[in-house]
Amino acid sequence: MNLRRLFLIAVPYAWLGLFFLVPFLIVFKIALSDSALSIPPYTPTLDLSGGWTSIKEFFQGLDFENFVFLTEDSLYWKSYLGSLKIASISTVLTLAVGYPIAYAMAQSADEWRPTLMMLVILPFWTSFLIRVYSWVGIISNEGLLNQLLLGMGVIDTPLQIMNTPTAVYIGIVYTYLPFMILPIYSALEKMDGSLIEAGVDLGCSKLQAFWLVTLPLSRPGMIAGCFLVFIPALGEFVIPSLLGGSKTLMIGKVLWEEFFSNRDWPVASAVAVVLLLILVIPIVLFQKNQEKAEEAGR
Amino acid sequence: MAEPAQQKVFAPWEDPSEKPIIRFEGVTKRFGDFTAVDKLDLKIYRGEFFALLGPSGCGKTTLMRMLAGFETPTEGHIILDGQDVAPIPPNKRPVNMMFQSYALFPHLTVWENIAFGLKREGMEKDKIEARVSEMLRLTRLEQFAKRKPHQISGGQRQRVALARSLAKAPKLLLLDEPLGALDKKLRQETQFELMDIQEKTGTTFVIVTHDQEEAMTVASRVAVMDHGKLVQVATPAGIYETPNSVYVADFIGDVNIIEGAATPNGDQVEIAWAEGLAPIVAKSSEPIAPGAKVHFAIRPEKIYVSREPDMERANRVQGKVIDIAYLGNISTYRVRLANGQMISASMTNARRLSRRDFTWEDEVWLNWTDTAGLVLTR
Repeated sequence: MNLRRLFLIAVPYAWLGLFFLVPFLIVFKIALSDSALSIPPYTPTLDLSGGWTSIKEFFQGLDFENFVFLTEDSLYWKSYLGSLKIASISTVLTLAVGYPIAYAMAQSADEWRPTLMMLVILPFWTSFLIRVYSWVGIISNEGLLNQLLLGMGVIDTPLQIMNTPTAVYIGIVYTYLPFMILPIYSALEKMDGSLIEAGVDLGCSKLQAFWLVTLPLSRPGMIAGCFLVFIPALGEFVIPSLLGGSKTLMIGKVLWEEFFSNRDWPVASAVAVVLLLILVIPIVLFQKNQEKAEEAGR
Repeated sequence: MAEPAQQKVFAPWEDPSEKPIIRFEGVTKRFGDFTAVDKLDLKIYRGEFFALLGPSGCGKTTLMRMLAGFETPTEGHIILDGQDVAPIPPNKRPVNMMFQSYALFPHLTVWENIAFGLKREGMEKDKIEARVSEMLRLTRLEQFAKRKPHQISGGQRQRVALARSLAKAPKLLLLDEPLGALDKKLRQETQFELMDIQEKTGTTFVIVTHDQEEAMTVASRVAVMDHGKLVQVATPAGIYETPNSVYVADFIGDVNIIEGAATPNGDQVEIAWAEGLAPIVAKSSEPIAPGAKVHFAIRPEKIYVSREPDMERANRVQGKVIDIAYLGNISTYRVRLANGQMISASMTNARRLSRRDFTWEDEVWLNWTDTAGLVLTR
């Protein structure tokens, strides 16, 4: 009996260890190494055949040089800050767009809800890359939007949206909107409609009832949605590199360039480790929020 | 020697000079093709504990929601304290409601739930404090003030809901199946608590329930509803003892219904109900046309079961005991008559079970007087 329980618990831990902890340790090790013109492009590499001395040499070859380097070159912390800023602003924007949609879904007639839910999830059926690319066709200077506005005579010169932070916001809000809508919807949908009636019965106007009852009760959903958008947006690489142009500084893009353009794996790994550490904070907060919501739901 | 104090019975509905607090005047409510409430007239008086009783879908909840302001009548007027309430939105009515699900705000503590309505009124802080404490004391919830609704029991939640709806001192309190979620024992205790609180606060209570026992226990008057109409409005005793129709008789408590043709005979009616058996003799308060098809309704406890016919009672029928439901204090006998009709009769178990005269398959006599049952024409 105990053995079986041990086994059941061991499975997820083994999975996490094998596919999360081990890769992380490898990346962390590379971050402590030095760049080199070799395959793989860093040194030292562990050579067990050399015995105890070579293991000792291996550990002597590791240092925190790359982390120090990250603090010296302003590019890195500016990119981190840029990412934080873009992720925060787009989270707020996604919330502003997502909440009304989720609210409308929760208010709609029962028979419509599955369809609306489907429409929210439907974009996931096409490749994320293709969907982001198609935005290029909409917002570029020769794109649909500019052609439409020029044709209607609203503007004389095409709007420069492409290759600006605005394009990145559009891309992130569009891509992550379902992650915002679904948790808010599920919080609103669970809500007992008589709570609003009780609020009105006790003297609230409709707006007050929304503010005092609906909004606080959907807060766990809002917080969950914000984290689900903020966390991936922080490390986002595809959207800023396709839509943001060279001027948009985001850490995901820097990471990619270090790996593939500079081929400086140790620095790239250091960037990745720091990004992970930054993400640990919101992830822990997210977990706390989920636990609290579960407790309140009982 | 002092004069014996005149016991004044609370019966404002019998006093023509008394003004009702609520008047329904020809109120109709339709949802599409469905008529939930049908041309309904009703008066409810100040200080009453009024029960709306009926099966689900009879329109009782719609009636209550119209009082609260969540529904508007399609036709007719609802007059509350001399004022037509139609243009008043629910948040401005001097009416509060206790919801079936209690609808306690889960993100607020018990204290904040009770204070919710007072804060919306813009009441001063210390007055709110005082009022909430009063409500907590009234509902014996003092030590739970800081808890959230999910941290207290079902019975306590019910009391919070009551305290919250009473906090604003409404002219009228609506209770939508207030005890439905409680188990039987707690429900009975709470019924008396409700009556006690109603008496203390003097608030007019309108309760919606499908539980006839609950309605009978708490209410000063009961309105039995069916298909959007009031079938009978009377005191609990009136509803039970003198139902005005087969529907009411059948809905409230157990009853035996026997169909037959009536022959008036003085102030009595003879009901021919089975070939070869003596007609049922019953007194009737209203005149009945000769040959009219009537229903004779008699409660099981009004029938006396015996081995030998009881000559002092006007009606005597022989039958065979098919089933006995032993309930401890009473036993209910299911007796089959010669024509196949089944009659329930209950008797107090005054004797020890082992000394009972009759048992399954025994031939017995069912006896009742001419005033024990009711002749119903509809």
